Formats: sequence, structure tokens, C-alpha cells
Amino acid sequence: MAEVLLSVEDVVKDYGEGVVTRAVAGVSLQLAKGEFAALIGPSGSGKSTLLNLIGLLERPTRGRVVLDGKDTSGLDERGLTAMRAHTLGFVFQFHHLLPAFTALENVMLPAWGDEGFPSSEMESRGKELIAAVGLTDRMNYKTTKLSGGQQQRVAIARALSRRPALVLADEPTGNLDSESSNEVFGLLRKFNRELGTALLIVTHDPRIADRCDRVIELIDGRISSDRGVEH
Amino acid sequence: MPFEWFVALRYMRDAKGQTALILAAVSVGVSVIVFLSALIDGLQVSLIDKTLGSQPHVTLTVPREAPRPLVFDTDTQVISRTIQPSPQRLRSIDQWPNVLRDLDQVQGVIASSPMVVGAGFAVRSDSKSPVLIRGVDPERFLSIIDIEKKLVSGHVDVSGGKVIIGSTLASHLAVSVGDKIHLTTTEGADDVVTVAGIFKLGNEAVDKTWVLTSLRHAQALYALPGGVTTIEVKVADVFGAEVIAQEVSQRTGLEAKSWMKLNAELLTGLSAQSSSKNMIEFFVVVAVALGIASVLIVSVAQKSREIGILRAVGTPPRRVLIIFLIQGGVLGLLGSITGSGLGAMFAKLFESMMLEPDGSPRFPIRVDAQLLLFATVLATGVGLLSAVIPARQASRLDPATAIRNG
Repeated sequence: MAEVLLSVEDVVKDYGEGVVTRAVAGVSLQLAKGEFAALIGPSGSGKSTLLNLIGLLERPTRGRVVLDGKDTSGLDERGLTAMRAHTLGFVFQFHHLLPAFTALENVMLPAWGDEGFPSSEMESRGKELIAAVGLTDRMNYKTTKLSGGQQQRVAIARALSRRPALVLADEPTGNLDSESSNEVFGLLRKFNRELGTALLIVTHDPRIADRCDRVIELIDGRISSDRGVEH
Repeated sequence: MPFEWFVALRYMRDAKGQTALILAAVSVGVSVIVFLSALIDGLQVSLIDKTLGSQPHVTLTVPREAPRPLVFDTDTQVISRTIQPSPQRLRSIDQWPNVLRDLDQVQGVIASSPMVVGAGFAVRSDSKSPVLIRGVDPERFLSIIDIEKKLVSGHVDVSGGKVIIGSTLASHLAVSVGDKIHLTTTEGADDVVTVAGIFKLGNEAVDKTWVLTSLRHAQALYALPGGVTTIEVKVADVFGAEVIAQEVSQRTGLEAKSWMKLNAELLTGLSAQSSSKNMIEFFVVVAVALGIASVLIVSVAQKSREIGILRAVGTPPRRVLIIFLIQGGVLGLLGSITGSGLGAMFAKLFESMMLEPDGSPRFPIRVDAQLLLFATVLATGVGLLSAVIPARQASRLDPATAIRNG
């Protein structure tokens, strides 16, 4: 296996105080740099929770997440925020762009919010990514003026703006028609190949999963299968 | 532009309707504060001006004579003893030139005027009027009460048997400048003098009774050669008059009365007015603060998913906090600027409507830079403060929960 980027070690996540729901019940998995993996499973199997744990948006009840060689269980809120800013990119199901801002501004926000002031480097990086997702003519549109597929392309550009080692995508094609789905998936694949960005994609769609290099299946909070895909 | 400003201003611009409404609310609040302050301050200043236009800040007189025991005693026994209050008579202040010199040393005293004040009658043909005869050194007296400005006719001249009298007295005696009147004093002296000027100070008691003559003339009338009975003092800070009066009284042993003691009722009225003004302003400030806070709380709730996204992609909580503080501060600042303008406009409008019969404003309304600055700083501070709770709420949002439920 190539160099390890992400190592999830026996992670458990419980919710609730009185009635405890175990969303993730002891998951261990490793992801290499530049890997392109799908995380599948039925609803309520703990996919999104696992993604949030890997994305450092939630802390595990037990176990640890080691990202880019760093054990994140020892980090405080500030450390987690910085780690998210520099190592991770997020693409959410409902694209979740900020409606008050233009497409280009949305792509620049992660860097701007981390560093505090805008720079010409940030802007040229933003324009480059907007061009890469094919939206140069729309970059100054408010995101509410874009179609669902276009919005998701902006979200992908935003996820890549800090050159993260790992992009986490939660149902990135969940709300798109098949044409837009293909476009979005194609973009993710393209960035994976060209930039060597590792991807972990949560999906319901077997057609999407089968186009990834590795499929991890989660049932009842546990990994039930983990297989490579031959193309 | 810093990230926090960029996001805060964009959010406010994006929610135009909400921003406009709360700005209007803050403006109305600030304009009430500005208008009310301008009105009450103007009214108070004009009341104090009117009061102090005809009286000195501090008046020094000889202390009342203490009752003296009438005792017939020998070395061994007291035969009888009664104590009764002594009748008060006109006496000169002992060593008054030294007192004047002492007064110059007292900090806050800007002018002093020695005078002889006594009672008497002014008589012309059949009409007779009780008067206060005040012998003054005109130059010194003018720096205490500017009678020159209040002259209705004639001019300020008390030399060589000339006097200046109040307007009510003049009409009562039916005299005008150049006419002669007969003065009789309580000491039995009398003299004929010429009216050189007539003044109107606006205080009926003064305009009806004052006869101003020269110090020397009054000394002669009251048989106090070289003496003075009263020293009037002007101080820099009118509200510090009582403190200065006490200090002077201690230094000189004279009785010192400040205008504040003599007008205690007026001062009580003014302070009641001030506290009701402060109370109204306090509640306006509370209403403004609640308005800003509620708008921001709603905004945080509406934007919680966006805040979660910002946090997820690496924005530190501190920056989220600042974004909402800025919104509160900017709402306060913008609202106070338009509110100050609005309040000043109301004040001027009100002033132009409240007119004396002669067309001059009944009292000047004071809108000064200090008041506007105060209102601006106050509203901006209130905006910032009322943003604290929503801003903390926003900065503490858990990104995962906010994105899921937002």
C-alpha cells in the first residue's frame, strides 16, 4: 500500500445520554494518499457519522483518527479547525454554498476565512478552479442563480481551494440528474488523477460506487465489506 | 477587506429589508435621545442664564451679629443674665480690600465686586417706591452682571449724582433718562439724583427695586465712609459656586451664599428634569439594544447552516464571533448617524415653532457636537453589546449539528 494518509483506529461514536445510540461501532480503516474510495451502506448505517468523524466535525466516543500522520484526538477546537482548513476539503450533499456570495467568493472563502485577508494568490487560485469546473462565465453570479449541477461544481472547486490531501464528499450527486451526476463525478475523478487528491465519497448510488477504485460498505456501524474495483 | 468585515457587510446588504427596518428603529431611538437632550439642555441652560442674569454666583456679607449676653457680674457672682437676638444693622466688611485680594487667590473666582447695599425710598412728586440702593464700582459690577446689555435706554453712568434704575421702577415713578428722583435711605440721609440709564433684567423683583449708584455716593448715604457691606463674586463653573462659597467663607469668616443655596428649588426642579430625561433615554437605549439583539438572534438562527459550513471549511470561531459583533456595531453606528441628523432636525423644527410673541425662539435648543458624538458612541457601544449574545451563539455552533439541522 502507498503512503498512509488517513488511519481510523477502532472508532466508536455514541449519541444520546439516557438512551444511547451507537452510530459507529468500532471501525478501523486506512486510506492511502491519492486513493479514490466510495463509502456505501443503507440509511442509518453510520456513513455520514463516520464521514463527520473523519472530517473532524465530531469527536469519536472512543478510538482515534490519525490524519496526515497526526493524531487528532489530542487537538483542541482551534487545532481541529486549522487541520480542517489545511488538510481537508468538503463537498456536501446539498452543496451548501453561501447564497449571499458569488461563485468566485464562495471558492475563496475557506482561504479567506483562515488567513483573514484576501490575496491576489487567493483570487487567481479561485479563478483557476472556477475555470477547471467550467464556470468562468458564471463566476460573478450569486450562487442562487446557478443550477444544481453548477452549484455542486462550485462546491467542488471550493473543496479543492486549499489543495487538501483528502476531500470528503457526502452524497455529492444525491440531488442531481444523471447528466449532472456524471459531470460532477467526472470532475472528482479528474482532480483525483491530476492533483493526486484522495477522495472518500459517501453514496447511495451503486453506479457511482462501482466507478471508484475501492468500495467500503458499512452496515450497522461496522464495516461489512471492503473491496477493490477492477475497471 | 478583512474576512470578518467582508462577510458581515455582505450579510447586512443581502438582508436589505431586515437591515433597513432595524436601522430605522435605531435611528428613531437615537433621534429621541438627541432631541430630548437638546431640548432639556437648552431649557436648563436658558433657565440658569435667566436666573444668573440678575444675581451673582456668590454673595459675601458680614455674618449676622451674634446675640450677646447682657451680664452684670462681679468676680464672685452673676447677678442677672438675659440673652436676646441683636437687631441687625448695616456694617462694613472688616478689611474688605484684603478680602478682595484673598478672593483673587481662590481658584475658580473670575471676578468680584465690592458694594454698599441698603434700603430706602425713591420719591418723585406723589409716587413713592421702596428701593434697594446699590453703590457699585461700575467696571467691577459689569463683570458680575452685564447691565450694559440689558439697558433699555440711556447708558451706564453712576458718576456725580447719576443713577441707573430698573424699568419697572422707572415706569412706576414715570421717569425717563434725564429726570431727577429723590432718594431717602433708612439711615435718614437723602439726596436728589439724575436717572442716567434704565435697565430691564427680566427679574421683576430686581427691575422694581434696584437703584445703582456709585460706591462713594452709597457710602455717603449710609454713613459708611470707605466701607462696603457686600462683595459679589462670579465664578468660572456656575455649579461649583457652592463649593467656592464654603471655601471663601472659611477663609474670610464672612457669610458666603451661593446662588445654588438661594435657588435650591430651581436646582431641585432641574435635577428632577434631568433624571426623568435620563430615565427616558435609558429605556430608549434598552429598546434599541433589544431590537438589535433580536434581529441578530434571528439572523444567527437563519444562517446557522451557513455558519456551520464556514466553520467546517476552516473558519475559526473567533472570526464568526467578530462577524456578528461587527453587524451590531455597524447597525448602531449607521443608526446613530441618521438618528443624530433626524434628532437635530426635530430640535430645530421645534425651536422654530416655539416662538416668543416677538418672533425670537422661546429658548435656544442646544444641539452641539458633544451631544452628537455622545449619541454616536452610545449607540455604537449599545450595538456592539447587544450583539454579544447572538455572536457568542453563532461562534459556539457545532458545525456538524448546524449543517445537519440548520
